[in-house]
Amino acid sequence: MSKGTSVAIERRRAEKYGRAPRLTRRARRTFTAVVVHGVLLLGAVFLMIPLAWMFSTSLKSLGAVFSIPPQWVPDPPHWENYVEVFRVVPFGRYVYNTAFITVLDVVGKVLSCSLVAFSFARLRWRGRDAMFVLMLATMMLPPQVTLIPQFALYRELGWIDTYLPLVLPNWFGGPFLTFLLRQFFMTIPVELDDAARIDGASFFDIYSRVILPLSRPALAAVAIFMFNSSWNDFLGPLIYLHSQSNYTLALGLRSFQNQDYTAWHLLMAASLVSMIPVLAVFFFAQKYFIQGIVFTGIKG
Amino acid sequence: MRSVKRSSLRRREEVAGWLFALPWIVGFLAFTAGPMTASAVFAFTDWNIMQPMHWTGFDNIKRALTRDPLVWQSLKVTTIYAFVSVPLQIVLGFAIALLLNTDIRGLQYYRTVYYLPAVLSGVAVSLLWRWVYAPDFGLINSLLASVGIRGPGWLGDSRWALPALIGMSLWHVGGPMVVYLAGLQGVPTDLYEAAEVDGASWGMRFWHITIPMMTPVLFYQLVTGIINALQVFTQALIMTDGGPHNATLFFMLYLYRNAFDYFKMGYASVLAWILFFYILLLTVLVVRSSRFWVFYVGEVRGR
Repeated sequence: MSKGTSVAIERRRAEKYGRAPRLTRRARRTFTAVVVHGVLLLGAVFLMIPLAWMFSTSLKSLGAVFSIPPQWVPDPPHWENYVEVFRVVPFGRYVYNTAFITVLDVVGKVLSCSLVAFSFARLRWRGRDAMFVLMLATMMLPPQVTLIPQFALYRELGWIDTYLPLVLPNWFGGPFLTFLLRQFFMTIPVELDDAARIDGASFFDIYSRVILPLSRPALAAVAIFMFNSSWNDFLGPLIYLHSQSNYTLALGLRSFQNQDYTAWHLLMAASLVSMIPVLAVFFFAQKYFIQGIVFTGIKG
Repeated sequence: MRSVKRSSLRRREEVAGWLFALPWIVGFLAFTAGPMTASAVFAFTDWNIMQPMHWTGFDNIKRALTRDPLVWQSLKVTTIYAFVSVPLQIVLGFAIALLLNTDIRGLQYYRTVYYLPAVLSGVAVSLLWRWVYAPDFGLINSLLASVGIRGPGWLGDSRWALPALIGMSLWHVGGPMVVYLAGLQGVPTDLYEAAEVDGASWGMRFWHITIPMMTPVLFYQLVTGIINALQVFTQALIMTDGGPHNATLFFMLYLYRNAFDYFKMGYASVLAWILFFYILLLTVLVVRSSRFWVFYVGEVRGR
């Protein structure tokens, strides 16, 4: 909005006081904008080609999927594939299950990781640095290593075919996203904490009223990542969920393939539908990535 | 009087530190420590799930380090992949984030498009890329053929399979982009304003403000990028299954084969710990170097 106004003002000024210097500056800006758009568009096309192919495949009949030369525009387009997806499998049920797990995961992850990251970034306690190194070390452990013992543990606890193994561990921090938040918290000037403490703030006040509000972009990033990985998780549900009424989307996608037959057109249609919520979350969360949200509040 | 007050404050901070870190400490003890210990024990046995295990001492370790050429082959493949793909991903992701942090029109749409590939995962994507790289009718070779170039066999060619997988990894640069975008929001705008008043050029502002302020985030990407690259698995399994001639035998794939195809859990555990120590070594080198190039505004030194 304000940008449009300033452009208008600039134009009016240019008309009044003679064009030459303003115009060259504007011309340079236009040139930069054209170059940026050009580069971004080219990259976007590269990224979109495989997706366009997915979309095209989702509109084909199974027979046309393998035609050579490949057909870019299906003729005729089979829009009914998208209806078929919901008829062949209980897709709605899968969406509900996945959403349930994902929301609990995101809430737990953001809360627990930010608490732990605050401790590692801001508080001084004996053993902190050793604990931090230990946490980094657990990131390096290949997940397959702990997979089998973990499964045995959850079986002992009677958690198999429940959502507990998928949700509960996410309420206890987690090295990757805690590390990420810790890195962000450390870019916030420590003078802010000191000022708050002089005003009588507790450590929890500093966490909730100083650090968290200033970290909205980072928290948005963590929420986006967790939503994405939770929504798309395949291995976890595969191992821990057995009855079909508990299945998630990622597991449900498997229904379109078996040993001797893959319904490519339906698989692609279902994959595209299942990624819409993740994209929507990203689209709305990215408003936190706008420069100028974060003010240090400290003037040099 | 004052010193008494300060020491009680210190003690409160000590307690608060543990309390805030408690979620992770409890989670670690409950969900990670036990399985970790168990896998360390398996490394010294011949456990194969079906039969009771026997203690075999250092046999597994000796075999992995001295008599198994595939261990070295898979370490080599994984290392090349990590050393090429991680720097490319960092530079590319950062460049895209910088372009998408300007005030051009349609920004939110560009951002969403660039993030799109990161959203797709699993089997569908790997199969999609098999079509992109297919030798006769695939996307790339069709394009090359239209300008008169005969493309290589990509995934079926032992010289091109690994580069093909590296190229595919760059498609997912949207994930790192999100981290950079979030990081760029944390650079205080008054720094740029002050620099502009002092007549600093775009390049100088980038080099003396943006880069230093972003080093904590770049450090994060470097560490997690190395860890993730060394643990690459799904792509290798679905797209090439390690072939041709073990040219894409990633370490995690070889580990998986030992564990779930041959059911050599003991040997697989040894491989897992070899990978762990290898990642640890590389990470320690990066962390050691960080004091020379990572800059924290809000650093609180430990005791």
